[in-house]
Amino acid sequence: MSGFFDIPSDLQNTYFGLIGLHLREALIPVLAGLLVSLPIAQLCVRFRWLYPPVLGVTTILYAIPSLAFFVVLIDYTGQTETTVMIPLAVYSLVVLVPAIVDGVRSVPAETLAAATAMGLGPVRRYFQVQLPIAVPAIIAGLRVATVSSISLVSVGMLIGNQGALGNLLNDANLYHRPELAVNSVVTTAVLAILADAVLVLVRRVLTPWMPKESAR
Amino acid sequence: MNVLNFIHAFFSDSSHWHGYDGIPARLWEHIQYSLEALAYAALIGLPIGLITGHYGRGGNTLALIATAGRALPSFGLLVLMFIWLGFGMLPVMIPLVILAVPPILVTTYEAMRSVDPSPVDAARGMGMPEARVLFQVEFPVALPLILSGLRSAAIQIVSTATIAAYVSLGGLGRYIIDGLYQKNYEKVVGGATLVAAMALATLGIFWAIARLTVSPGVRRG
Repeated sequence: MSGFFDIPSDLQNTYFGLIGLHLREALIPVLAGLLVSLPIAQLCVRFRWLYPPVLGVTTILYAIPSLAFFVVLIDYTGQTETTVMIPLAVYSLVVLVPAIVDGVRSVPAETLAAATAMGLGPVRRYFQVQLPIAVPAIIAGLRVATVSSISLVSVGMLIGNQGALGNLLNDANLYHRPELAVNSVVTTAVLAILADAVLVLVRRVLTPWMPKESAR
Repeated sequence: MNVLNFIHAFFSDSSHWHGYDGIPARLWEHIQYSLEALAYAALIGLPIGLITGHYGRGGNTLALIATAGRALPSFGLLVLMFIWLGFGMLPVMIPLVILAVPPILVTTYEAMRSVDPSPVDAARGMGMPEARVLFQVEFPVALPLILSGLRSAAIQIVSTATIAAYVSLGGLGRYIIDGLYQKNYEKVVGGATLVAAMALATLGIFWAIARLTVSPGVRRG
């Protein structure tokens, strides 16, 4: 296991630096995806006819392989972090929109009527009633988006070493150091599992009314 | 539009239509990789999902396995397996199967759990053995959801099988990887278009399978 954490100097980064970079490249897109998908999902809830076409477009976007997406974007944003983050944001969007729509739609009509009867306007009703009740569904979507985003960042290695921990894979090949590939895979997997666990905790904090046992 | 020009240029170049690097050959390789990976994943995921779902046990363990499977980075796993196992199909199959098992496993389990318990009880009351309860009562009702799990697994496989090209194998990923290194964007865009089209075709195939296999009574419900 010697040299497991010896990061080759061509990456010009430390082990923890790579972890930070990896998290940044993976999580900013998920956040961006969440911010964009909330209004889109709300539109889909308000105008039902909008949902099937939106679902169709997002399915097509999801079918584009990440590598191809990266390479096509090089033409516009160069071999930069942005090129890695834009596709990841799109994939997050694809996972999050249906999750939020289903979550917001699952709010019972009586609950909405009660909120209206209590004098809540549409904006407050959305933020104080619909969104909190939809939290479990949204978090479920966020978990899938976050884990796959963390896993996909590695592919960015192929476009000029923009893959954070994935760059170790290239070095493993270059310098015949398989332990670097093991390091990359294990660290990425652990980051994904930790991020997943954090989201489960966030859900528990945000939905204190839910039974703890059924939490998965 | 830039991208549309690339697509047009790629598909109208007749040299892209024959030979070992032609679209038919690469498409066929891609279909073979995808089908093989989906078959292995279904062989692993379906029986486990059906049985655990039938008995209603092990849901938490399955969720853990699924999270672990999702957490493993496909691309990293591919490179690692290539270093360990050398050239061949196995280094490609392992990440693809690990990618596809979680959706199949979890959806099959959920599908079996969501079957209305009263017909299942009725079947048992009529003296059906457990195996027939599973295959003749629960399975037909759970089929639409099970198919949706297989469908999302298949789409992920189709779009991820492109990475096989990174370890010197074929498939549509060849166009993307070669195009990247040759700075030939028309090739990259063409390859991406083919993969996206294949994913859409997969959607269509699963829709047709669902039409043919799901019993009309279940579909209406």
